Amino acid sequence: MNPLAGIGGRVGLKGSDGQEIQEQALALGAVPQANLRTAQALETLVPFQQDFELLTPPGEMGETVSRQLGFRPRLVSTISSARTTADDTIRAAEFMQASGVDMILFAGGDGTARDIYKAVGINLPVLGIPAGVKIHSAVFATHPRCAGQIAADYLHAKRLRLREAEVVDLDEDMYRKGYVSTRLFGYLKVPYRPHLVQNQKVPSPVAEIARLDAIAADIIENMQSGWLYILGPGTTTRAIAARLGLPKTLIGVDVMTSQESVALDVSELRLLELVKDHSFKIIVTPIGGQGFLFGRGNQPISPQVVRQAGRENIIVVSLNEKLNTLGGNPMLVDTGDPEVDALLVGHYPVITGYHESVIYRVVD
Amino acid sequence: MIAPIAKKPVPRRFHQASWDEPVIFELSQPGQRGVLIPEVENGIQETVGDVTSRLPAHMRRTSPPRLPEMSQLHVLRHYARLSQENLGVDLNIDVGQGTCTMKYSPKVNDQLARSAKMTELHPLQDGSTVQGMLEIMYRLEQMLKEISGMDRFTLQPGAGSAAIYTNVAMIRAYHESRAESRQRDEVITTIFSHPSNAACAKVAGYKIITLYPDADGYPDIAALKAAVSERTAALLITNPEDTGIFNPRIEEFVEIVHSVGGLCSYDQANANGILGITRARDAGFDLCHFNLHKTFSTPHGCGGPGAGASGVTDALAPFLPKPTVEFDGVKYYLDYDRPQSIGKIRPFYGVAQNILKAYAWIMSLGADGLRAVAETAVLNNNYLMQKVLQVRGVSAPYAPGKRRIEQVRYSWEQLANDTGVHSEEIGFRVVDFGTHYWTSHHPYVVPEPMTLEPTESYSKADLDEYVTILAHIAEEAYSDPEIIHNAPHNSTVHKIDPDSFDDPDKWAVTWRAYLRKTKKERG
Amino acid sequence: MTAKKPVYPYIPNSAPDVKEEMLRTVGAKSIDELYADIPANLRFKGKLNLPDPLLSESELVRHIEGLLAKNSSTRDYLSFLGAGCWQHHVPAVCDEINSRGEFLTAYAGEPYEDHGRFQALFEYQSMMGELLNMDVVNVPNYDGFQAGGTALRMACRLTGRQKVLVVSMIGSDLLSKLRDFLKPDIAMEMLPYQPDTGLVDLLALETRLSDEIAAVYFENPSYLGFIETQGDQIAALAHARGALCVVSVDPISLGVLNPPVDYGADIVCGDIQPLGIHMLYGGGHGGFIATRDDERFVMQFPSRLFGIAPTVVEGEYGFGDVAYERTSFALREEGKEWVGTAAALWGITAGVYLALMGPEGMVEIGERIMQRTRYAMMKVAAIPGFHLPFEGSHHFNEFVVNFDATGRKVADINRSLLKKGIFGGKDLSLEFPQLGQSALFCITEIHSQVDIDCLVSTLQEVLE
Repeated sequence: MNPLAGIGGRVGLKGSDGQEIQEQALALGAVPQANLRTAQALETLVPFQQDFELLTPPGEMGETVSRQLGFRPRLVSTISSARTTADDTIRAAEFMQASGVDMILFAGGDGTARDIYKAVGINLPVLGIPAGVKIHSAVFATHPRCAGQIAADYLHAKRLRLREAEVVDLDEDMYRKGYVSTRLFGYLKVPYRPHLVQNQKVPSPVAEIARLDAIAADIIENMQSGWLYILGPGTTTRAIAARLGLPKTLIGVDVMTSQESVALDVSELRLLELVKDHSFKIIVTPIGGQGFLFGRGNQPISPQVVRQAGRENIIVVSLNEKLNTLGGNPMLVDTGDPEVDALLVGHYPVITGYHESVIYRVVD
Repeated sequence: MIAPIAKKPVPRRFHQASWDEPVIFELSQPGQRGVLIPEVENGIQETVGDVTSRLPAHMRRTSPPRLPEMSQLHVLRHYARLSQENLGVDLNIDVGQGTCTMKYSPKVNDQLARSAKMTELHPLQDGSTVQGMLEIMYRLEQMLKEISGMDRFTLQPGAGSAAIYTNVAMIRAYHESRAESRQRDEVITTIFSHPSNAACAKVAGYKIITLYPDADGYPDIAALKAAVSERTAALLITNPEDTGIFNPRIEEFVEIVHSVGGLCSYDQANANGILGITRARDAGFDLCHFNLHKTFSTPHGCGGPGAGASGVTDALAPFLPKPTVEFDGVKYYLDYDRPQSIGKIRPFYGVAQNILKAYAWIMSLGADGLRAVAETAVLNNNYLMQKVLQVRGVSAPYAPGKRRIEQVRYSWEQLANDTGVHSEEIGFRVVDFGTHYWTSHHPYVVPEPMTLEPTESYSKADLDEYVTILAHIAEEAYSDPEIIHNAPHNSTVHKIDPDSFDDPDKWAVTWRAYLRKTKKERG
Repeated sequence: MTAKKPVYPYIPNSAPDVKEEMLRTVGAKSIDELYADIPANLRFKGKLNLPDPLLSESELVRHIEGLLAKNSSTRDYLSFLGAGCWQHHVPAVCDEINSRGEFLTAYAGEPYEDHGRFQALFEYQSMMGELLNMDVVNVPNYDGFQAGGTALRMACRLTGRQKVLVVSMIGSDLLSKLRDFLKPDIAMEMLPYQPDTGLVDLLALETRLSDEIAAVYFENPSYLGFIETQGDQIAALAHARGALCVVSVDPISLGVLNPPVDYGADIVCGDIQPLGIHMLYGGGHGGFIATRDDERFVMQFPSRLFGIAPTVVEGEYGFGDVAYERTSFALREEGKEWVGTAAALWGITAGVYLALMGPEGMVEIGERIMQRTRYAMMKVAAIPGFHLPFEGSHHFNEFVVNFDATGRKVADINRSLLKKGIFGGKDLSLEFPQLGQSALFCITEIHSQVDIDCLVSTLQEVLE
């Protein structure tokens, strides 16, 4: 667990990453939320403690709360200093993976999810106990108790299907400057239980594959030969490439025609080169949590590219369930260029299936 | 003097019948029979002999089907026990099945429909022998015309979704007749309309555009403007929507679609709160449909048979399924001479016994009565909403401060965030107090949904009891959630393990599949 | 005296005191305030123009019975009508169970509080499975026409092909339904038949099969009552070209006729009306679709499929939806049609019927119907001027009689029969002009020798 998760919120700071912010918060007397929430999750597992082995980092990162509940955990790695850092989270997760654990349960927020992703990627099942201020990633259970329940189910049955869930986070520097900008950092493999993970029902992993394939079929039906297609990050755009039999990076921007892959994980500059004097379309999916189509910061798809494409050549794809996680809020664009933003603002079609689309609001 | 018996606790100490009844095959006793059929007379035997043995061998069944063998009482008893393990409107405060309009189905109508002069009618009988039946169908059509303002109705569809499909087929035929069907390949609907609107249009070959609501939960007119074009075949919309919110700009919606040459079809599954209050035709609709088993009281039958009614303006009347029921001043008859008709939606003319029941229900109430139905349904719903919103952890998203029509979609999001208890689990716990609970249709836009529709059939005391149950469970969520996680406790069976349902190696849709996959011996 | 506003027995809160109290709680002065969201110009002014109500129950009964009295039923006339709706005996226990309020007034509850419904329908699925010799049977859909249309669409989804071959000896109503339901993406081609027997012309079938054909559809017994004995050959030909074999079957014939899966059918469908359900002027229909227990097939069902499962208590049976999310996707047909209210109560009823009849009962009813049908055919064929066009075939339940040689029209003969208290066979002259003046006569287990002899003698009378 990230013992410092959740500090920022209570005393009015935006997120708790970064050493400086943490010191400020503790000086103000904030109490880490993480212990309480982790305890709630672990309580559900107490009746089954004979059935599994609990691995946890020492001290505040997990051992303390585990022992309080009566567990006798095996300890992994050591903490570097009195204040735990992101490095410690990464090292602990790497160690756990190397030890062959069946599942990693972590407590924290989007920042912690990112650290776990850096450590283990999609190599083994992970589930988040929500204990942070920023919880936009799709890797968290809706409530600590649900996290424990799912973990228990998974350990017993081991038949729970897994789905890839987005790890997203706000760009902290942008945020403090007043700009909200979400990025997709990666995916974690999360056990699937309808309605226990995330407030909205997500389709089962098998259904999800079929539904994404349907969206892909619709897009491909309308592809024109000779045109370039810029595919943004995400599993939805990946499904399009898969149906074409072409490669796709999960969190990068890739360029292809309907026949062949042109470039993978392009930079902003490379992209500008590729589309110069060329007919092209952009296909993007809203990033979960905030619903950003185009945001500020480190974006390969720059405002120039968007402007050059024009509204009619920008296709938005998404599962209905993903749109529903926006809780009725519109999708967002904030490229930094108001003229470009204006191209997309209003009511926009989103392809949600084969011959199925929705009209959804976009604001800047 | 004796001391009075103590007052009953609230909520009630319900326990459902629980027979732990085996599957019927396990009750089989070789040699038993439940009913006998007439023997073949000697005269016939001598004339024809053994007919089945003359069938080619590969067409003859080689061994009898392995059905259970039971005496009559045992069949009756088994099913009677199963019926006790079922709740219907007859038994419970069925306000928890929102969108289904679970109102009282008057017993007198069921009994009238059991007359041999209803049950023993063959649909191909000469018209002169079924004048009563045809007259009932004709009269019901006239009533529905008046209630909706439309010009003609067909009572042929088997239920609501079938009626929606009928409307879509007529829309398609209309555009075909104007050589515009290739151009018009899109149908628009909203996310809170019944999902069959999208599904039926999809089967009929249309591309579906679904509108998300605006920030207040109303259908978004700006979204509609973005969606319409010369490709628009029709708008299919439910109003009030499944949130219970009436779209005040519905007329504008129709105008916008008409302006591009599209048609508008009104899904009136949620008509119960607006009978005699507002009509489809007055908002400019070209088609509409009703569910006789919702608004018009015919019983739900565990999932049918229901009955659907599709209404149209004169412009669309030529496309109605055939036959229609006509009256020439002297007799009623079936009219097949309809060259532009879309043809048949189902065998024969409709679910006739439900047509009779709906007719009888309307006759027992009249215009004032229907008005009282609508007004009481709306009063009940708003009263219920008032009380439900006092329960901890519940909210009614959208249209803040506004009334609802006949149902409300609530959200338990607050309670779920506080306690980790989910709406679905509350549904299982509600069962312990002898009633039902419905989350919502897919797609699940509202988080942790609950949809309640009281109709006009329930008393104030019923509604109070339902709220008491919800409040009780909400308190449990905050103090003792385990009892909810392990619910139900007082129902017919205990927590079902769903793991086999999605696993092809494990699922069993029939007893024989179950035996095969579990390698059990037949009992 | 001012007229009192009635209190309606079906509307408890229409009583004025309770209404006032509720309005107070809601904070509204009148119910009209609750309709504030409806624009004034859309508010209906005045009263709906409906007939005066019959507020008392006795008046209502009198009125409805008065209307019903204008009907004469198959109790009053000797009926030989079939053609998609059949007059079989409905055991009393069937009516008893489907009129119980717990079943009649239930709807969409969970497999806890509505455990009874789930178990009853699982048992229906199971008993049909035994009858059909198949492992997967759906919760009933609307009727046999819908079952046929859906089965054909399933076949197209499974094979990825867009064309189906259908026998031409099907009823015009079914043809009309299929024509509409398969639009716009699935094409239907009719298969020629052999004139003496009505059976499929196998040579023509072979020619028409190709890589574009998703399915071959036929019925057993056919709409006209003869038994298609070439089922195995039809299935083999279809399979050789990668097409599926879809057969619509009369379930009450399966005590004696081989289940279609045993001669190669892939999807079997039909109507359950013969199984313990009254004719109800066409209101007693329910459709079934059955396939083998293959994931690919299961995923194509647009209906609910109830499965059995354990609970946390040992030995307890629970039920639920199998494969609730149908997860496969085929390009042209993503939507798995729709799921709605259909005919669940008839499914439960059919289960009761099959349990009452048992194995012996189903064998007996099949045998006896065939014997009575054969008897009627022989007797009718013996009448001068009457000809049975498909006499060469085996028949179940129905047969065609041609009257051309009598010089009389079917309509005319039926009018005469009606005067004598008989409903004659369905007039086929418009539906199948190639059969001339023909009628379809239906014989079931309820037709006694006396009944059949009466028909024969009346027909002879009518011709004089």
